[in-house]
Order: sequence, then C-alpha cells, then structure tokens
Amino acid sequence: MERYAGNPSAAAALVEPNQVHRDVYINQDVYKLEMQHVFANTWVFVGHESQTPAKGDYFATQIGDQPVIQVRHKADDIHVLYNRCPHKGTKIVIDRQGNTGKFFRCPYHAWSFKTDGCLLAIPLKKGYEGTDLEKTASGKGMKAVGAVKNYRGFIFARLAEEGISFEAFFGDSLSSLDNMVDRSPEGRLEVVGPPLRYMHHCNWKMLVENQTDTCHPMVAHESSAGTAVKLYEELDLPEGAPKPPAMEIIAPFMSPYEFFEGMGIRTWPNGHGHTGVNHSIHSNYTAIEGYFEAMTAAYGEEKAKAILDENRHNTVYFPNIMVKGPIQQLRVFIPLAADKTVVESYIYRLVGAPDELTARTAMYNRMINAPTSIVGHDDLEMYERAQEGLQSDGMEWVNIQRLLEEGEDFTEEAVNNGTTERQMRNQFNAWAKFMTYDVAAQEAAE
Amino acid sequence: MSVSKDQLIDFIYEEARMLDEGRYTEWLALWLADGQYWMPLDYKQSDPINETSLLYEDMFMLKLRVERLNGARTFSQKPKSRCHHVIQRPFVDERDGDRFVTNTSMHYVETRLDEQQLLALTARHELALVDGKLRIANKRVDILNCDAAFRNIQLLP
Repeated sequence: MERYAGNPSAAAALVEPNQVHRDVYINQDVYKLEMQHVFANTWVFVGHESQTPAKGDYFATQIGDQPVIQVRHKADDIHVLYNRCPHKGTKIVIDRQGNTGKFFRCPYHAWSFKTDGCLLAIPLKKGYEGTDLEKTASGKGMKAVGAVKNYRGFIFARLAEEGISFEAFFGDSLSSLDNMVDRSPEGRLEVVGPPLRYMHHCNWKMLVENQTDTCHPMVAHESSAGTAVKLYEELDLPEGAPKPPAMEIIAPFMSPYEFFEGMGIRTWPNGHGHTGVNHSIHSNYTAIEGYFEAMTAAYGEEKAKAILDENRHNTVYFPNIMVKGPIQQLRVFIPLAADKTVVESYIYRLVGAPDELTARTAMYNRMINAPTSIVGHDDLEMYERAQEGLQSDGMEWVNIQRLLEEGEDFTEEAVNNGTTERQMRNQFNAWAKFMTYDVAAQEAAE
Repeated sequence: MSVSKDQLIDFIYEEARMLDEGRYTEWLALWLADGQYWMPLDYKQSDPINETSLLYEDMFMLKLRVERLNGARTFSQKPKSRCHHVIQRPFVDERDGDRFVTNTSMHYVETRLDEQQLLALTARHELALVDGKLRIANKRVDILNCDAAFRNIQLLP
C-alpha cells in the first residue's frame, strides 16, 4: 500500500492505452492522491448560482473531499471558501444552505468573517496584541479556493492557486452547458428543489464511466426497460392512445446496439465528452405546447430549431459531473472514499418555458436516478459487483479498449462510433495528466 | 354500507402484511386505476409533479415495479430483498361519505444480503369505498430522514 502515498507518478502509471490497473478503483492511497492532485488541479463543479440568489445566501458542499461554502458576497459576486474556521478548524456552517446575513460567525469562539472570507472581528482581540496574528494564515480569515468561475450560472472552482485556466480546461465542451442554458427562452436556469442523494459503495469513476457506456443499457436495464416494453405490449392499447409516461422515459433504454452505434460519441481534450452526437434516447420526447413558440419569439425560428435539434445524451465534464442538456439535469459524483460515492442529481427549470418541461425533468430524475428507481437499482448492482469483483487477485487489469485506435490523440476533439470506449480512455488520460500536473509544473520550473 | 373505524384500521394492517409477504397481485388489486403512490423527496413537499420526488407512480409503474421483482434478469434481486413493517395503530383523520384518510406511523425494515436498513415513515392513505370494498385511491409515504443519502430502497413501504 505504501507504493502510492506521496507518489502521483506511480498512480499515473496505472493507466495504459487499453487498460487500467484495478488500484485506480480500490486503493485508498490512490484515492487520496486523486483528492490532492486531480481534484485540486482541475475545475470542479460547486453549485448553481440560483442556489444562492441573495446576498449572504450560502450553499455548503464539497470539492472532492474538501468541505467548501459557495456564498453570494455581492449581487454579482459569488465566492467559494473552505468551510473551516481559521482559528480551531470548526466548520463554519453545517446546514446545506441558508443565509448568513452580512458575515459568517464561527459558533465556537465567535470569530467573524465577511462573506468574502476576510477576518472581520475577534472577541477580546487585545489578547492577540503583539502576537503577530495578522502575519499568520489564521489572522487573514477564511481561506478561499484558488480560483472561481461563474459560467452562465454554473459555479466551478479550482482548488490550486495556480494552474490551467477555465477556458483552456473546458474549451469547446462548454457547448453542452450552453445548449442547456439556451433552452430557456430567457437564457437562464433555476435549480428546482433539493437533489436526489444516492449512496453507492463503489468508486466514483465507475459512475462517471457509466455515463458514456452505451453497451450496458440493453443488458443491465433489461429488467426495468425490457419489462416496461413487455407490459406495454400486453396492455394492447388502441392506436393513438396516450402512452404511459414511463414508456417515453424508460423504454428507449432498450434500443438496439445499432441505435447506440449510430448516436455517436464526441470527446474533447481534458477528459470531457458526450454521447448523442446525432440522436439520443431524448430525441423522441413529445413536443410541449407553447414551448417552441416561446423559443422562436426569443431567438428567431432558425436559432430556436438549432438549439432544440441538439439532443446530446450525457455530457461528462471531467472529473465528476454529467449534464443532460435536453432535460436540464446535472449529476455530481462526489467521491467519499475509494469505495464510497454519493451521487447528487439536480434538476433545473428553464426560465420562461412551460411548466410541463419541468414536470418531465422531475419525472426523469425520479424514474432513473432515485435510490427508489428501478433503473438506479440495475446500475448500482453492477457497480458494486465490480467493486467487489476487483478484489480478485486472479486479474489486476480492467479493460477499456472497445474500438481502440492506434495512436489516439486526446488533445484533439474527435467524433466516433457511439459504442466506443474512447471517452473512458479520454478520462483516464486526463486523470493521469492532472494527477501529475503539479509534478510536471515543478519539473519544468527546475 | 357504512365503514367502521376498525375496518379502516384492519385494511391498513392487511396492506402492510401483503407487502411483507410479497403478495403483490393482491396488493395491486387494492388500488383504484387512477391511484398514485407518492414518496416525497423534500420534507413537507407539496408538489409531486414539478419537483423531484423519490416516487410518484401510477398503476403502470407500480405493475412494472412488481413484475420486475420476479424477472429472470433482475440482477439486483438475486438474491431477493425482504421487508418488514411495524405499524402504529392508524389514525382516521378524515371521513367524507365514501372517502377516508388515515395516517399511520411505521418502522420499515428492508434487507438483502448483509445489509439491513431501517426507515421511520408516515403513510397517509386516501381510501375509497367502491362496490362495497375499500380501495386505495392514493398513498403518500413520508420518510423521516428524506434528506439523507439513501442506499437502494427496492421494495415498497
């Protein structure tokens, strides 16, 4: 176990072009390295601005294993601070969201901080006179993360002080977030309710990989989607009778391999990618009255059509979120340990669009991604069996070489057959890159 | 025909027993065709449609759920889960002609392999007397710790 501690290069060596060593999933030292390097050097999703709409509103979450607070400091200024008092370490807020007023106040010794983290006051401050408190990190206040970006309402943060810029990290992959936001006639989203929270006893990367795994739905989900199709056929409804809502949402999971091959996968540099280049399981949803009219009024017919003709299925933003533009869903895969991941599934309302769209999104969320969802049960079973199976010493490698091409270059955008595992390879390429990003920077400086 | 308080209470107990014993065909037959089984996600949630819920299922979904439990390729039910309800005596909160509302606190245990979870629940049943029989018009189940991160909940409280 000692071989990885403090040695990110040893972890990066676990990735080969066609396979990865099981330790990327099961080794707790590798997990710690991921938190210190991959989650520090990349831009990680924090929350949506509509979760903190007013000054003093905060939202507590975590970036990797780091507890942080997203807080609105000014009308147009959202900060991300470590959720830790600089005095003794007490978490400043413990509820998931709220309003702190003009300042944070630590509940232990009443040190207080402005909502940008700066130290405001300490009771009985004369006790620190002549002690040079202001020269210490504690004397400055709550520590902010390295960098924060609000991209069209989505808040991302980089923990590291120095590193890759937001624009360089995401590049053209931002087109998926753009499409999701553009689907609002006003170009604005609002979070709806709390997220579903679903605990998995498996590694976070298994969940991320599954987002672009197009060869599992017709197998792992046969029990739910296949049974839905069978039940529907048995109903033998007259032609034109409305389909049960479940059919529209769940049945497309049973589409044949050819459907998924044809849908295509696009990969972008730095581990981002999406399924559904040409069509997707979201393509054939019923049109909702009044929506296209609202979009046309806002954008003109041509642009409205272009926005709605995109039917991207799952877009993975490395390291740990997935968004579904056509239904305004975002899932965060929060790594708690090598073998423990909590998944939070959020939905958003398209401001200015009919409520029926929100209703469909809410239905998708509960039918597919809830701890009570039959589709969720199918998936969790596979991840956890894999987590247990990887303990086997009979084999140490996990295969990722479906449709592998010689000399794949992940610094280039590419579109491939929809059943390729290229996006998984792309993620691991980015994983190794950001695992050793600071090592590489250090070597370059020397 | 009038329905006594005891008959309403017996109905709730009998439903819990059907679920514990896996008598799903009988259980589905208790429901009216347009019934909805709602399990909110948020504490005191009032809107099942435009916000995420844990469950908001019509008869098609409930049948699918039940059918799936016995499927040959339902891997998450190999081996099968089992459940156990311990219910407090139901309150009859409302009576209006042939419509009744009961409120029942319960502890629900679900188990599979080495895991067992305990949920504290409140079930609100809307019951209707149709052709001399009590039926479930709607059912709402609130989980006390609805904001917690759950493991699989595969059977029905």
